[in-house]
Amino acid sequence: MAHRIEVAPKIPDARAKVREERLRNLGFPVSDLSLVGVYTLEDNFDAGTLIRIADMLSNPVSQGYSFSWRAPENFDFAIETGFLPGVTDNVGNTAGEAIEDLIKTRFRKNVYSSEITFLSGVSKEQAVMISERLANPLIQRIHLKTREQFEREQGMGTVIPKVRLTANPKVDLVDILNADEIELQRIGKLGIYDHDEEISARDYADRVLSSVKDQLRRGDLVEKDGKFFQKVRRGPLALDSVYMKTIQSYFQSKGRNPKDIELESLAQTWSEHCKHTIFADPIDEIKDGLFKHFIKRATEEVRRAKGIKDFCVSVFSDNSGIIVFDEKYNVCFKVETHNSPSALDPYGGSITGIVGVNRDPMGTGLGSKPFINLSGPFCFAPPDDILPIYKGANKSQRMLLPRQTHDGVVDGVRVGGNCSGIPTSHFRMVYNYRYKGKPLVHVGTGGVMPKISAGRLSHEKAALEGDLIVMTGGRVGKDGIHGATFSSEAMDSGSPATAVQIGDPITQKKMSDALIKEARDKKLYTSITDNGAGGLSCSVAEMAKESGGCKVYLDKVPLKYPGLNPWEIWISESQERMTLSVPKNKIKAFQELMRKRGVESTVIGEFTNSGKCEVEFNGEKVMDVEMSFLHDGLPSRAITSSYTPQVHEEPVLAPRKRYTKDLEKMLARFNVASIEYVNRQFDHEVQGGSTLKPLQGRGQVNANATITRPVLSSMKGVVVSQGINPAYSDIDPYHMAACTIDSAVRGAISVGARLDKIALLDNFCWCSSNEPERLGQLKRACQAAYDIAVKYRLPFISGKDSMFNDFKGFDEQGRGIKISIPPTLLITVVAVMDDVRKAVSMDAKSPGDFVYVVGETNEELGASEYYAMRGEEVGKKFIGNNVPAVSAARNIQKYEAIPEAINRGLISSCQSVDLGGLAIALAKTSIAGLRGMDLSIENIPGSAKMNHSALFSESQGRFVLTVSPENDSAFNRIMKDYGVGELEYLGDVTLERFRIRGRDGKITVNISVEDMHEAYKSTFKEY
Amino acid sequence: MVKPKVLILSGYGINCEEETAFAFRKAGASPEIVHINDLIEKNRLLRNYQILVFPGGFSYGDDTGAGNALANRIKNHLRDDLLEFIHRDKLVLGICNGFQVLVNLGLVPALDGQYGSRQAALVDNTSARYLDRWVDLAFSPFPNTIKSPWTKDITRISLPIAHGEGRFYAEPEVIERIKQKGLIAARYSRGEMCTLYNLPANPNGSLENIAGITDKTGKVLGMMPHPERAIHYTHYPDWTARKLELEKSGRKISEEGDGNKIFTNGVDYFR
Repeated sequence: MAHRIEVAPKIPDARAKVREERLRNLGFPVSDLSLVGVYTLEDNFDAGTLIRIADMLSNPVSQGYSFSWRAPENFDFAIETGFLPGVTDNVGNTAGEAIEDLIKTRFRKNVYSSEITFLSGVSKEQAVMISERLANPLIQRIHLKTREQFEREQGMGTVIPKVRLTANPKVDLVDILNADEIELQRIGKLGIYDHDEEISARDYADRVLSSVKDQLRRGDLVEKDGKFFQKVRRGPLALDSVYMKTIQSYFQSKGRNPKDIELESLAQTWSEHCKHTIFADPIDEIKDGLFKHFIKRATEEVRRAKGIKDFCVSVFSDNSGIIVFDEKYNVCFKVETHNSPSALDPYGGSITGIVGVNRDPMGTGLGSKPFINLSGPFCFAPPDDILPIYKGANKSQRMLLPRQTHDGVVDGVRVGGNCSGIPTSHFRMVYNYRYKGKPLVHVGTGGVMPKISAGRLSHEKAALEGDLIVMTGGRVGKDGIHGATFSSEAMDSGSPATAVQIGDPITQKKMSDALIKEARDKKLYTSITDNGAGGLSCSVAEMAKESGGCKVYLDKVPLKYPGLNPWEIWISESQERMTLSVPKNKIKAFQELMRKRGVESTVIGEFTNSGKCEVEFNGEKVMDVEMSFLHDGLPSRAITSSYTPQVHEEPVLAPRKRYTKDLEKMLARFNVASIEYVNRQFDHEVQGGSTLKPLQGRGQVNANATITRPVLSSMKGVVVSQGINPAYSDIDPYHMAACTIDSAVRGAISVGARLDKIALLDNFCWCSSNEPERLGQLKRACQAAYDIAVKYRLPFISGKDSMFNDFKGFDEQGRGIKISIPPTLLITVVAVMDDVRKAVSMDAKSPGDFVYVVGETNEELGASEYYAMRGEEVGKKFIGNNVPAVSAARNIQKYEAIPEAINRGLISSCQSVDLGGLAIALAKTSIAGLRGMDLSIENIPGSAKMNHSALFSESQGRFVLTVSPENDSAFNRIMKDYGVGELEYLGDVTLERFRIRGRDGKITVNISVEDMHEAYKSTFKEY
Repeated sequence: MVKPKVLILSGYGINCEEETAFAFRKAGASPEIVHINDLIEKNRLLRNYQILVFPGGFSYGDDTGAGNALANRIKNHLRDDLLEFIHRDKLVLGICNGFQVLVNLGLVPALDGQYGSRQAALVDNTSARYLDRWVDLAFSPFPNTIKSPWTKDITRISLPIAHGEGRFYAEPEVIERIKQKGLIAARYSRGEMCTLYNLPANPNGSLENIAGITDKTGKVLGMMPHPERAIHYTHYPDWTARKLELEKSGRKISEEGDGNKIFTNGVDYFR
């Protein structure tokens, strides 16, 4: 028998009130809404125990509970939402642990959580729509009852979402020795054949018709003895025919067919997601591939040129890039993308993204402690876009609306970041309608590690022959199976929903504390890596490179529920797991420590030097593949690219007399407006190192750079800043990439980071990367990355790419559509700053301070935010051709002079000029300080002639800064000493009015700071 | 002089233990971070310490109510040790999630000396949203406020908060008795930060603007704001402006932050 405990608030419930308001804002006339929390206990308890449990799970001051159904007085509908079988239920799990503490007995069965929303005031149809808003059917069950139904059936009824797998685990041979070319392609593209499913004649006919041109799918439809069958496959391996043939001949040479697990394992290891083949393969004349030729070469050249000033410790070889922090510590950084899962379930996708990227620093070297999270940039379609799109024809499989994605991602980061106890100091959102099919979710983590841990260099690690393979943390379920291969393919209706899971930050926090704060410095393991894409198949095989082989016993792996096939255990991406190598003489101490910390750890095999990756299951050898083939067997495929320069119509803008209105509208645009409401939901002060916060000045403006101290006893800090300019790709991806690096660098410089301390991380998110033109754009972007990095002498320390961010589906009219993201590069800058007390913030300080612009303002409105706005006014896309260009040689002087002046205490405020140009940067400085400005842009350096270009052109290499009169001559002297010529005094900081005289000397902007503040804060006010 | 030994609890999602230990060390104490399971396993370990701290964090992910599951674990495994500890001349501090744990343990307000019964609750903020901001606090706000070693000589200071469930709630008659007995140690009030950033004084809808309470001895203090995040001037959101302003008038900014006082008070009690 199962028990159901319903917990209801007995005082006004803030969550219910806010949910009611949210629904009303969305247009539902909800009149009463109340929430009831439900715990479903699978175990049988006596009445006394049950009461003790309910007393414990509820708060006697604010809540009441009942064991039978009950309802509020006013309601028309009851909607219960709970998790589907196998989905992580954190609340249920905690309740289970708490019950064990209470009754001091371990019990085997589960506790499940769910929630009932009672509401009235809406129609049945609206109630159905609301229920769809409250839950995601991919991971949650939704149960809607009318009041009449609820009362007749006496409540919602008990649902136990237990996973039930009936089939016995099995290992299949896959016949590839006899497979023809088509069948090989079929296995690679659609997956390994699993079983036949009988379908109706009508379905058969429909499917034949819809796959007329698709030879692969057509072949999976079979007619036999008047019955119709669909061959069901396990999901894409994403292995193309060149790879499949290589695998075929490998197994031919072994004289046997592969087992399913061997093929799945190769598919994981060879996936675009893991091997980054597009960056590795020869392209056109570049035989060493884009990564080696541009990114890695730039870094090698820069490190050589820097000589003793080189601060890199370990780059591109580990889970994150490591640089020197001070004499005692190193810091490491990694930025990931988590796009595909977030498109399906934004909450689960972003929480697993955050929690997942935290494992990269944990698995770097011997392990580092995460001290900062970078959330975003999140790239979404504008949240006011309410036109639905569908994955399936006939309006089936509706995609989430941009606003739902937006809210879900923010919620996920809040839970993932806050619960992990890592400050989310950096956060940003970017809006473009082409992120509608595939939003981009970037997440990053910085870690700190002592250089020496228990006498060992902490950035080095090696699993040795004879060390035990140990898995720690969470258990393995069907979660995320085919996650790696899935994100290497464009999203279409075949995408499996198993790619979605919900992270469990507390399980990971316990593991992280036990490993990084204890086991590492007790020397209890020799190597560590995280389980991300590809699960054990990738983590174990990767570590096995260190020793030269491995032997794994898959039946030892602890499972969330029984019944998983060996191939599923091997490639499952269940979260919160690390793989370690533990010497045999340390295993007892290691496992004892883990037990004491409430962390599960299991020996699942041994590292060997056999040269092979061997896997057994219940005594049967299920995998036996040479390490050399597994890791280096994939053939390189020569790829070719082409590039056609884009020419757009040049918008002709009628000059306006005043630009005050335009400035107000620009400040309120999604890409510019304040996202304070998000920053406030993220704990950015935990760990006590927050120095320059994400919101700055009395006006609380979103900053371009933040500073965090990872070591509390030191006043050294880490500056973080990011650049992302996807719109420029429409004109030229070369300039897009150059500007992106320059923006990121400028941000860090503006708070006081020194140019020679800056390191770069790159994240390329591309689209349709099998098309030569897209690859041509990628090549140009990489060329720019090389050029700028080498000129500024900045090493890349880590990177990650995501190559197929395309959506194929249907619109409301059933027309086929493809939405590809604009080629997007994210550059993250990290820089160690010697004394954070020297840093400056962006806000204007005292009236009477002088306002300067540094850098040329040119006629560079191409693909600017201002063009986008003016285009929208007339229902057009204004792109133009004058994309900003970076003159690195000239910028270097500025980038050295400004930090020098900042560190000497000569600058009162500084901000890099970014999206929206000079007017926006000046306005933000003014809003942040809640001060006015009296300015003239009559004589600013550069080629911008018209007022609108002077105000809104997005020329690179610029700063606005304020200097107090007593520091003015010293400031100017430094600028002169460094040879900075592009410096212009614009006017003064004042009390409250913000005035700009234009190129003609006449007032062109005249507005109060309060009005600007209001415009800037208005957009997301109701979010 | 012997430094007081401070036990700072860790584990199960507690996450402010390191900065809290740093603040105590800076204040002259000898802090140790101890995992709750070690405390459970090593019988009577608590006896070796003068101060017990429940730091901030997300114990058990706030599931089943913030602080509830951790309090349940402590209640079921450490109850006697803990009661013994508070009945001696020792100090207890709960910050943020630690305050939520104290309330669920029934160590504050513990009216009528009923240590162990849940008399008050920290429930969802009225916005139903997690909130990170700075607040202004009035300590010992009433003439009858119990003299707590923790709050000695502190009147008005500003500290950051970061929580989703910080709204202090109790039945009206309980609130009345908490006031009567002088157990309100700190209230949210309008001050420097609220003026600077144009913010409401009460960030979460707490009844009586309660930010922190003590038991009747004043030796057990629970508070939502984070003093350990305000122990250096660079912790403050407006420090860049404040520093320049002081420098303009020829003064130097003090390296200290307001939060230090809580920790030095705790240390001084044993001197």
